[in-house]
Amino acid sequence: MTVQTNDTLAMRKAYISQTSRRSLMLLIVSTLLMASFLIDVSTGPGHYPLSTVIDVFLDPLSHGVRLKVIVWDYRLPVAVTAVLVGALLAVAGAQMQTILNNPLAEPFTLGVSAAASFGASLAIVMGISVVPVIGGLLVTTNAFVFSLLTCGFILFATRLKGVGSETMILFGIAIFFTFSALLSLMQYWASEDQISRIVFWMMGSLSRASWEKILLGTILLCIAIPFSLLRTWPMTALRMGEATAESMGVNVARLRVEMLICVSFLAATAVSFVGTVGFVGLVGPHIARLLVGEDQRFFIPLSALVGALVLSLTSVISKSITPGIIYPIGIITSLIGVPVFVSIILSTRKERLS
Amino acid sequence: MTLSLNQLVAGYGPRTILSDVSIPDIKPGCFVGLIGPNASGKSTLFKTMCGLVAARSGEVWLNGEDITNMRRQDRAKHIAYMPQAFGCNALLSVFESVLLALKQTTGWRVKSENLDQVAKTLADLNLGHLADRGIADLSGGQAQMVAVAQTLVRQPEVILLDEPTSALDLHHQLSIMNSIKLETTRRKPVVMAALHDLNLAAKFCDRLVLLRDGQILADGPADRVLAMPEIGETYKVDTDLEYTRRGALYVDARLTA
Repeated sequence: MTVQTNDTLAMRKAYISQTSRRSLMLLIVSTLLMASFLIDVSTGPGHYPLSTVIDVFLDPLSHGVRLKVIVWDYRLPVAVTAVLVGALLAVAGAQMQTILNNPLAEPFTLGVSAAASFGASLAIVMGISVVPVIGGLLVTTNAFVFSLLTCGFILFATRLKGVGSETMILFGIAIFFTFSALLSLMQYWASEDQISRIVFWMMGSLSRASWEKILLGTILLCIAIPFSLLRTWPMTALRMGEATAESMGVNVARLRVEMLICVSFLAATAVSFVGTVGFVGLVGPHIARLLVGEDQRFFIPLSALVGALVLSLTSVISKSITPGIIYPIGIITSLIGVPVFVSIILSTRKERLS
Repeated sequence: MTLSLNQLVAGYGPRTILSDVSIPDIKPGCFVGLIGPNASGKSTLFKTMCGLVAARSGEVWLNGEDITNMRRQDRAKHIAYMPQAFGCNALLSVFESVLLALKQTTGWRVKSENLDQVAKTLADLNLGHLADRGIADLSGGQAQMVAVAQTLVRQPEVILLDEPTSALDLHHQLSIMNSIKLETTRRKPVVMAALHDLNLAAKFCDRLVLLRDGQILADGPADRVLAMPEIGETYKVDTDLEYTRRGALYVDARLTA
């Protein structure tokens, strides 16, 4: 009897220390993110020491109007957008992977980015808007609507009978190729100037950042995170497999629909803000999973933080490769993403073999 | 805490699997073995009882209340069902996977008593040494025992186990059945387990229900049901019922010539 009591105490203790380790992990990544954010704000064509940038950050006019404009109107929106979009994409990826039970699901692999690119090109070439908007937001809105429609289609497809998670990824590839073809058609019709605008949009860039977009993205994230956190236990149960989750009383069909609607808005917003940024939705959750496992109470916040960190670092790298030139982040994320993508494929292969 | 099934009819699409299934008056603390050949409707019966398959007609009564149309999430508080499927690739520890089963019906925050309950359940099933292991790394048998832990941890009034011993070796079959039996006598839930091994059923169950083609053929104490000619007819074998030297029931079966 005493042995059993010791045994249960040890299990309790092990779980509690595991939980504290995970909280610590959240803290560490948050700190890294803060550091990366500050480096991002202090990096740019003009060289200013970090202390000066922090001064301007705290008191905008402390170093004159020129620095206020550089920090507040150029660098801060870019740095904040990197953090925000990274978090949006990673949370969207993490949720998609759980709902579809597939580690390869993310906005990019499911064709959402391709749909957004087509929407954007439609606005650039034809000036056609799918919903009435004011001129400046035409491209963003079109990209948003097309991403949302694609997510809606994915939602519809998951409701079809006999559609498993492998089929879902095939659907994603089909969507990807369809919109790529349509995009090529748009480029064929476009003028030289329009082509360069489309190509630039597709590369994924933080230079389109603005405080309005940041506000919208923050509101969405503030709704999405509690929304997901409320459903952490059913979502974690879903990782045990659909049958097991259902046997525990989870209404899997409803949970899928609710989460996919949430994810649709996150993915559509992120993609319409910055264009095609691949792999953050894959890399963020993958790293988070390795660090804290799949208890969604830790997995979702950490995915957000890692995604934000990855994109924030990308932003720093994009400014540091060649001084004076800011490379589109989409190029850099994909270059980092490919090795990670390959490692995921190899590790899942190993799992199957063992 | 009495459970009764009254003229249940259920199926998938146009196919009717259960026709007119009645199992009256299952008392608390009773361990019922559900026996019958493959595809006789055992899993469907469990799924209908816990609400995963809608009953076309008939009722499920629990404590004098008709729960046939109760929402699945609410029903999960009373009835825990362990499906046959187990094993997954999630990055969760055994402790976490049992905790998450408990947390489906006990609020968002992990309370101290939740941790105690999980640890106690694992210790009761002799799974303490697996608590830190990843569920993806478990063997088939270990995963099955964890699935039983996920079911028992919720301390429901009704426990439905679909073939809880199918992946286990002899030692673990007896160990898990012993733990379930202990839980049944200690906390007095209604326990129903679908079993293929008639000797295991005879050893542990208070009552056996024989199902064939979605109909109840026999229902009663283990020794009486196993002595019935329907057993041989249903499984298409010849059976003899014997008592071992230690007084246990033993079903000796051969293929019908």
